[in-house]
Amino acid sequence: MNDAALVRKNLFRKPLRTILLVVSIFIAFFIFGVLGSFNYAFYYQDYPTAANRLIVVNKINFTQVLPYAYLNRVRSIEGVVAATPMAWFGGYYQDPRNQIQSFPVEPDSFWEIYKTDFALPPEELDAFMKLRTGMIVGRSFADRFGFKVGDTIPLRSEIYTNKATGQQVWDFQIVGIFDSTVTGNPTNAAYFNYEYFRESQTFGPDFIGWLGVKTLSAEANDQVAKTIDATFANSTAETRTADELAFGRAFLSQLGDIGFIITLVVSAAFAAILMVVGNTMMMAVRERTTEIGVMKTLGFPSGRVVRMVLGESLLLTAIGAGLGLGLAAFLLVGLAPQLRDVVGNISMSPWVTGIGVSIAIVFGIGVGLFPALNAFNLKITDALGRK
Amino acid sequence: MPDLIRLTDVEKSYRRGKEKIAIFERLTMAIPEGDFVAMMGPSGSGKTTLLNLLGGTDRVDKGEIEFDGKRIDGLNEGQLAGWRARNVGFVFQFYNLMPVLSAAQNVELPLLLTKLSPKKRRENVATALKIVGMSDRAKHKPRELSGGQQQRVAIARAIVSDPKLLLCDEPTGDLDRATADEVLGTLQLLNTELGKTIVMVTHDPAAAKFARRTLHLDKGKFVNASELGR
Repeated sequence: MNDAALVRKNLFRKPLRTILLVVSIFIAFFIFGVLGSFNYAFYYQDYPTAANRLIVVNKINFTQVLPYAYLNRVRSIEGVVAATPMAWFGGYYQDPRNQIQSFPVEPDSFWEIYKTDFALPPEELDAFMKLRTGMIVGRSFADRFGFKVGDTIPLRSEIYTNKATGQQVWDFQIVGIFDSTVTGNPTNAAYFNYEYFRESQTFGPDFIGWLGVKTLSAEANDQVAKTIDATFANSTAETRTADELAFGRAFLSQLGDIGFIITLVVSAAFAAILMVVGNTMMMAVRERTTEIGVMKTLGFPSGRVVRMVLGESLLLTAIGAGLGLGLAAFLLVGLAPQLRDVVGNISMSPWVTGIGVSIAIVFGIGVGLFPALNAFNLKITDALGRK
Repeated sequence: MPDLIRLTDVEKSYRRGKEKIAIFERLTMAIPEGDFVAMMGPSGSGKTTLLNLLGGTDRVDKGEIEFDGKRIDGLNEGQLAGWRARNVGFVFQFYNLMPVLSAAQNVELPLLLTKLSPKKRRENVATALKIVGMSDRAKHKPRELSGGQQQRVAIARAIVSDPKLLLCDEPTGDLDRATADEVLGTLQLLNTELGKTIVMVTHDPAAAKFARRTLHLDKGKFVNASELGR
C-alpha cells in the first residue's frame, strides 16, 4: 500500500457518489472539448492564405459592391502584381438546401493570385482558362453531388437572373475538380468565368463583389493597401483593404463573436459543476474528520494529508476530464468529414487539449482546495472530540 | 527503571466562550519505562487531556514534558508528528480503523511514515497481527470484524512501528466483559513480554486491575482513591 492507493480507496469509498461526480465533470469537459474545437476551427486553423495577398471590399461592408472600373485602377497601382474581380453568386444545386459557395472569377488573374491554394491537373486548368462556361469545383462538392469532369450542371442563383433565359439558372460545364494544397482544408467552393456571368446578368454588370490582389511582397502590403484606399477615398464606393487573414477575422466577427459565446457557455458549465463538485468534496472530507484526525495522530504530517485530499480531487477530475476530452476527440474524428464543409478541418487540436488539461488541473485543485485547507487546519483534539 | 515520561509543573487550560477553564495547575508526574498505568477519575478530571499531552496531540500552556530524557513541549507540529510516529502507539475507544482498508492495510498505515521496504512492511504487519491473534483476519475489512477483533487490529496498528509508549483511551469502553478481558490481556502481554510502557485511561475498575498501578485524577490533581469526589 502507498499514498496513491489510499487516495484511490478513499475516492471510491462511495462509488455511486464518485460516479455521479465523474459524470458531472465529464459533461463539462465534453462540452469544452467539442465547443473549444469548433472555436479553434473557426479562428485559429490555417486556412490557405498568402502573406502577399490583399482583399479589397466596400468600406460599408463586404456585401456592398464595387464599380467594375476599380479593377484596372487597382492593377495600375505600384506594388500590385495582379488583381482579380470576384463576386458572391449565391448558387445552389437543385434544392436550396444544396448551397454551393460559387464565385465568378477572371480565370487567368485568379489563377495568378491563388494558384498556390489549389491542386488542379494542367489539362483541367487549361480547359478552365479556355471554356467560357467552364467551372472548377472542389473535391468535397464533387463527391457530395457525384459531379464528374464533363458534366453539365445547372446552378440556380439566389441573387441574379440570367438574361438569356429570364430565369435564375446558369448552366456550367465542369472542366476540373480541385483539391486543397493544405491537407484537410475545405474544398467546398466552385469557380466559373466572370465574363460568362457578366454578359448574362440582368443587373449589375458594371459592379463586382470584391477584388483579390497580389502584391510584390508582404512588406509592400501596407503601402499598397493605403494607396488603394486613398485612391477611392471620398468616392461613392470607398474601399477597405486588408490582408487575407485580417479579412477572414473581420468576416467571422460579423457572424457574431462565436468565441465569446463559446466561452460563456463553457464557463457557465464549469462554474456550476465546480460548485457542485466542490461542495460534495467538502462533505466527503468532512465525513472523514475522525479518520483525518487518526492519521494525524499516527504521525501523518498535515502537508501529507493535504496532498492526499488534493490527490483525490485531482484524480476525480482527471478521470472526468479524460473521459470528456477523450469522447469529444473521438466524436470529432467521426464527425470531421461531415463538418469539413462548414468549419474546415476540425479535430481536437493540441491547443484545445492543452487548455483542457490546464483547466482540469486548476479545476482539480479548485475543488480540493477548501477541503484540503480544512484538513490542514484540523486539530487532532477537535477531530477526535477528545478534550 | 528510568523515567520514560516526566511532566514538570504543567499547566493547561481551555477556553469555553469567554470562560477560561483550568485543567492542570502545576501538575508534576513521572512514568517509568515498562510501567502499565491505569488512569481513572470522574468525567472532566483531566484524564483525556493528560493523555493528549503525553501523546503530543495537544500542547501545554506552561511547564515541561520530557520523553526519554528529551523535551517535547517545544517541538513544532511537524516535529511532533514525526515524534509520535516513532515513539507512540494509540488505541482508541471506538477503534478508529479506516473502513476502506483491510485489517492488514490498517496495521500498515503507520509504516507508510517509515522508510521500510514494502516487503519489510508486510513482515512487520504479519508479526503485529500474529501478536494480537488476528493473522487469520488480515484481509477482512473492519465492518467484517467484531468489536473485540477491531480493537485487536487497532492494537496491532499501535505496536507495528515498535513504539516505546502505548496510549489507550478507554480501550474496552465499547466491549463486553469477556472481550474486554481478552483485549486487556493482550495489553498486559505487551507490557510484560515486550516491555511496552502503557498508559490507559479507563472508567472500569476491572480494567484497571490489569495495570501495574492505578492513578486517580480529580479536578486536575492526582489523589488517593478514597479522596475521589471530595
